[in-house]
Amino acid sequence: MYVYDDLDRTLLAERVSEFRGQVARRLSGELTEDEFKPLRLMNGVYLQLHAYMLRIAIPYGTLSTPQLRMLAHIARRYDRGYGHFTTRQNIQFHWIKLEELPDAMADLAGVGMHGMQTSGNNVRNITTDQWAGVAPDEIEDPRVWAELIRQHVTLHPEFSFMPRKFKIAVGSSSHDRAALRIHDMALRLYRNDAGEAGFEVMVGGGLGRTPYLALTIRPFLPARDVLSYVEAVLRTYNQFGRRDNIWKARIKILVHELGPEAFAKEVDAEWQSIKDGALVLDPAVVTDIGSRFRYPQYERLEDSPAELARARAADRRFDTWVNSAVSNHKVSGYAIVTLSLKPEGGTPGDATAEQMDAIADLADRYSFGEVRVGHEQNLALPHVAQRDLPALWRALDKIGVATPTIGLVSDIIACPGLDYCSLANARSIPVAQEITRRFHNLDLARDLGRLHINISGCINACGHHHVGHIGILGVEKNGEEFYQITIGGRADEEARLGILIGPAVPYAEVADVVEDIVEAYLELRARPDEIFLETVERLGVEPFKERVYATR
Amino acid sequence: MTSPLDKKLKIKGPVLITANRVGDGAVIYRTGEGGWTTQFERAAVVTTAPAAIELLDAAVADDLGAVGAYVAPVRLEDGGKLRPGNLRERIRLAGPTIDLPLMAAIPAVGGP
Repeated sequence: MYVYDDLDRTLLAERVSEFRGQVARRLSGELTEDEFKPLRLMNGVYLQLHAYMLRIAIPYGTLSTPQLRMLAHIARRYDRGYGHFTTRQNIQFHWIKLEELPDAMADLAGVGMHGMQTSGNNVRNITTDQWAGVAPDEIEDPRVWAELIRQHVTLHPEFSFMPRKFKIAVGSSSHDRAALRIHDMALRLYRNDAGEAGFEVMVGGGLGRTPYLALTIRPFLPARDVLSYVEAVLRTYNQFGRRDNIWKARIKILVHELGPEAFAKEVDAEWQSIKDGALVLDPAVVTDIGSRFRYPQYERLEDSPAELARARAADRRFDTWVNSAVSNHKVSGYAIVTLSLKPEGGTPGDATAEQMDAIADLADRYSFGEVRVGHEQNLALPHVAQRDLPALWRALDKIGVATPTIGLVSDIIACPGLDYCSLANARSIPVAQEITRRFHNLDLARDLGRLHINISGCINACGHHHVGHIGILGVEKNGEEFYQITIGGRADEEARLGILIGPAVPYAEVADVVEDIVEAYLELRARPDEIFLETVERLGVEPFKERVYATR
Repeated sequence: MTSPLDKKLKIKGPVLITANRVGDGAVIYRTGEGGWTTQFERAAVVTTAPAAIELLDAAVADDLGAVGAYVAPVRLEDGGKLRPGNLRERIRLAGPTIDLPLMAAIPAVGGP
């Protein structure tokens, strides 16, 4: 866990006090909505279909148990008893009252949480691998670097009014679990041939109306230069990014119109003027930030203890769950456990206050008081002793977060869609729910193997539909909900945008279309372990298109 | 959504003015008496662009009462019953089309 100091606490307290005054002035009429809107957005307060929405940042997806209990408290006291974990390591509450927001923010500040930079044209919450610090394949904990950048850009006046929002992700593993290439800027930590740590710098990714994958503009940036280089990229974007057209304002448009070489040249010119200045990272500073990430005092344990093997042999449900939800840990005898927020017929990413409290209790008991949030809208317990897995599973099963479908067809990523969101054209959640019902047969889901479905209710693509193995985008046609289907997208280290397979289909047919695609895959796959993506890559989209539209 | 400043408002049928209440964000509808109501059936319904613009201008001017006022379509069913004119407005009136998570199971308010 990262430990906040007095500076952090003072900043948050002052921010709450400032916002309390702003809300009071809005409610008294001293501030008009036009004046107040940019102020509330700077604190993560949106207005949606039914009420205000508060988006709270979960930096690098790490939550302490007091923080998770506080989120449960917010859900109960100020909302309707649940929260929605998003695709950017945030949580949203959809029924918040403006009158009560200052109190909610004061409660959140008590555990070091806030909504700053979860909205507005600034650097948004910096995301990373939800397995940071425990993944066996990582170079080092990427959260240290994410935190350094977060501290530098938080409320930085130069980066508070950029042409558009700016999303940064940091990764440090061979397998990309942070969807790096769909970000405005992504930093992948690795060691070069000389053993030095540095970053591959990627810029210009983003989905939405004009989807692009980020391009590498610097193959290796020494780690000591990361702040100055990030600053140079932000300055270049601030200077050349378009402010005259909201649809062309993101950095992806600038990078792809200029070309990555020309953009990199502009960045380099800016960087040369600051690279050897105050932003050079003193190793002592990095060490200091790193020291505030507290790691558990792990016991010395053996991998695959006998009691685990016995429990797996004795209970098929438990064994199935272990295969689905339990991943290797960098410390022997421990495991990373993913908690599914995708029950059959449920809303992807939703958790009730009771579930949050129960998960916090279980994290205290089994995971050194730490919980993680992933962009796939699931949670994780990062430090579980393998011997505790049977007891943990029984407890997780009781509270409905042990659905053994991680990475399978019903582990769907979906935005809130038209059920909540004022930007949406179509619903996402009921589409996801229907698909999970169609694929409730676990044997079939397991036979299908890894298959990611992503659903967005509008072109803004909060559900990352472009990079779903099957992507579903809701559009509106003559007042009716229709859905465009893409296949072949992926968000990992081989990121790729999906390809549209044909005309949009009506709401009532979306789940049928997914079934058609899946049936085609089962017939076309070369062998049982060829996953859906591999079949699409081998055969292209045509066979799937033919199957879907042959009878439509 | 129609911009309040768009005076070239075109309407094809009956409409009302809707917004969100400032204090709590609740969905509200403009009444014929110049106020707001959360009751859909009490909304003022007009059928011409000038009447809609007049209603909208007054609604927008009430910056302390409402946020983001706009013109929304409504449908008159046989028998004269008023219905929202599209899915978005149906959802704003009736809430999400999905079950909310375990609302009935929410315990009494307590501290963290």
